[in-house]
Amino acid sequence: MNEKPEPILRAENITITFGGLKALDSVSLEINPGEITAIIGPNGAGKTTMLNVINGFYKPDQGRIIFEGKERPKHMKPNVIAAQGIARTFQNLALFTGMSALGNIMVGRTMKMRANIFSQALYWGFSQKEEIEHRKVVERIIDFLQIENIRRTPASMLPYGLRKRVELARALAAEPKLLLLDEPMAGMNLEEKEDIARFVLDANEELGYTIALIEHDMGVVMDICDRIVVLDFGKKIADGTPDEVKANPEVIKAYLGTAGE
Amino acid sequence: MSDLAMTFPHILIENAKKFPPSKVAMREKDYGIWQSYSWQDYLEQVRDFALGLASLGFKKDDKMAIIGDNRPQLYWGLAACQCLGGVPVPLYQDAIHKELHYIVDHSECRFSLAEDQEQTDKLMHLKDEIPRMEYIIYDDPRGLQNYKKDWLLAFTDVQEMGRKFGRENPDYFMDAVNQVKPDDMSIIGYTSGTTGNPKGVMITHRMIADCSRGFLQWDNLDETEEVMAYLPMAWIGDHIFSYGQALCAGFTVNCPESTATVVHDQKEIGPTHIFAPPRIWENILTQIMIKIEDSAWIKRKGFDYFMKVAARVEKKRIANEQVPFGDRILYQIGRFLFYAPLVDNLGMRKIKVAYTAGEAIGPEIFEFYRSLGVNLKQLYGMTESCAYVSMQKDGEIDSDSVGPPAPGVKIKISETGEVLYKSPGNFLGYYKNPEATAETLEDGWLHSGDAGYMTEQGHLKIIDRAKDVNQLNDGTMFAPKYIENKLKFSPYIKEAVAHGMNRDYVAVFIDIDYGAVANWAERRHIAFTSYTDLAQKPPVYDLIQEAIHKVNRSLAEDPRLKNSQIKKYLLFHKELNPDDGEITRTRKVRRKFIAEKYGNLIEALYDPSKESVDVEATITYEDGRTTTMRASLKIRDAETF
Repeated sequence: MNEKPEPILRAENITITFGGLKALDSVSLEINPGEITAIIGPNGAGKTTMLNVINGFYKPDQGRIIFEGKERPKHMKPNVIAAQGIARTFQNLALFTGMSALGNIMVGRTMKMRANIFSQALYWGFSQKEEIEHRKVVERIIDFLQIENIRRTPASMLPYGLRKRVELARALAAEPKLLLLDEPMAGMNLEEKEDIARFVLDANEELGYTIALIEHDMGVVMDICDRIVVLDFGKKIADGTPDEVKANPEVIKAYLGTAGE
Repeated sequence: MSDLAMTFPHILIENAKKFPPSKVAMREKDYGIWQSYSWQDYLEQVRDFALGLASLGFKKDDKMAIIGDNRPQLYWGLAACQCLGGVPVPLYQDAIHKELHYIVDHSECRFSLAEDQEQTDKLMHLKDEIPRMEYIIYDDPRGLQNYKKDWLLAFTDVQEMGRKFGRENPDYFMDAVNQVKPDDMSIIGYTSGTTGNPKGVMITHRMIADCSRGFLQWDNLDETEEVMAYLPMAWIGDHIFSYGQALCAGFTVNCPESTATVVHDQKEIGPTHIFAPPRIWENILTQIMIKIEDSAWIKRKGFDYFMKVAARVEKKRIANEQVPFGDRILYQIGRFLFYAPLVDNLGMRKIKVAYTAGEAIGPEIFEFYRSLGVNLKQLYGMTESCAYVSMQKDGEIDSDSVGPPAPGVKIKISETGEVLYKSPGNFLGYYKNPEATAETLEDGWLHSGDAGYMTEQGHLKIIDRAKDVNQLNDGTMFAPKYIENKLKFSPYIKEAVAHGMNRDYVAVFIDIDYGAVANWAERRHIAFTSYTDLAQKPPVYDLIQEAIHKVNRSLAEDPRLKNSQIKKYLLFHKELNPDDGEITRTRKVRRKFIAEKYGNLIEALYDPSKESVDVEATITYEDGRTTTMRASLKIRDAETF
């Protein structure tokens, strides 16, 4: 690694205020292609806000986002940004509960479907071919995440850990250039966490996804991430490899607890 | 039959000539779709892999360990090994390190074939300790990209090497196949055994071929059958069924997508032939019972009523008596409303014949399936006889015998009451263990170790393991397994261990079925935290007590067994687990081990002053870690009749 790769996404001096509260105060960060970047920080540090800015759900008051070398126009709609290749999962699950796991994951492909609604309804010609192509991608992901047995189960009937996995599957199905995961392991037991950590790592190593994630479990973050950005009260206080961050006294003070671990 | 039709490489080549490319030899569900392979594909895959092995230096008589779920690639690997005159050694995929180490070391495997990363990791660990193992080959490359070793190869890479090798040595494959003789060893099956180290059972091509053909003729099975391969490849039952019978008949073997999807996949395939140990039949029954309990009131009542009708009708049918007209009408209504939809949901609608083998099945469980119209039959055999000793004939079914001797089999009962037999499947001997062989095989007669007798109809009836059958202090016959199997009919009881040898009465350990009891408890708003906690809830004791009383009532009907009713019991604090050595991989109770490990619990059951007993147990996790837990177990009295 003698040459620094061009970051896939650069956020420069992002500031956003809600009412009088500065949720993000001039935060800059870079996400490098092929890496797993973690955004960590205590509650209310502005982590989710940062993800929302990256995927365009919030418009920053100041600062700019540069995605793949191009500056993003001020008022780009989130769906356009998603089409550019940024997918995400949510802290609180956002699945279509009445749909099967398979249906939910197929939703992740809609962005890439071209056939119109009528030919899709008839399932004929081009739309049939297209559907088969997309199903192939989805089946690979189902295989990847080992959820074959729940393919036809409605999302509402799935336990929490599996719903999280289906959500991850849906985000993967969009084949994004940048995948944002908002607390993919929240509320899980150790075994489920290990599973998801494995999948995130494999998605990065085997499938080559670039991932930015928010996570509270320091063990997981330190284990699987290439780089860590630490936020505290809307400000960036550290940015570097896990070892660098671990040694940073400010981080220890703000987040990791006492220094004598 | 010519000698050529007696080795599996030749049978495979014959099949590829005989069957059209449209005939499916094997199906595997992958990416949600059933992928088919013809016999020609089967042969090609086997040949490429065999040649690949040859290019790596695989020689005649080399051993290859095979570990993983039932994937076509593993069956091909097994066949490829045989084509080169080698001997496959299938391993139980859930076996712990110590067992695997023993088998791989003892069988002197030079090669090994693993299904995926999980199994590869285990083998790599073994390779560090056993340098004799030279190559590890894996099927599913997932997660293995970063394992860069020259001795670690992908299945497809080996096949690619094989194609190259085949171009350079065009006659190599057929030359190797022609060297294989019917009386060469074709597989070593390690039996987990209830005592001591596993023993390697040496079996030849001729044995598997003879027994497979015997099974096929008995039930008129042909190349149109469909079977599901989901039981461990290390079990002789799967080898006979998914490999031996499949090749001899040319029928289709279906590999499910994953172990979690077997039920659904089975429904899609609609197999015509099933071969499974009793625990599978018990599990299915438990699942049905859980679902029925959760269903609407009317369905539940209807199910109960019509299952009683079916049981009545089946009792008559088994006894070959006329079914009363009223019941015949009711049975047809029941079939329309309940039996047929249920059987269809289980994926058993097309079944011609289903076998339960490997262990005794509870008569109630057996009759349940038969009463639904599934042609379930019992079969008796062991690894040492290629599972081929006796089996039931259509029209001569009864729930507690295992049928007449199979064609070509002679059975006799020794003076001590032990079952001895001569079967075409009688094994060569235990690998590198002549003492054990001498104990088991005498003048061609195999000592089964089972106590049994021949009924008036000429059917073999197995009572229990010969060494387990004994007496209570008052002289009453005590057959622990008989009682345990009766208990296991309750969907809430997973496993039971009966004690009574040289005691005044019978007492049992009960291992609750966690899934079924947890479901039951949830519906009654009984809060619990773990298996141990749930098992010690008084309502759960009440629930199990009902099941015990039912067993006692049924024991009371038999004058010989009246005194062996259960007097005391306790619910166990943990599930009996092969990793802890309490049961074998095929779920046979290891009595001696339990008696040693839990001696204080057994003493407490016979100590009138005790109402509970403290237990401290060490639990082994799958990765070999251990932990200690403490609990106090209640002891209860059961009513006798």
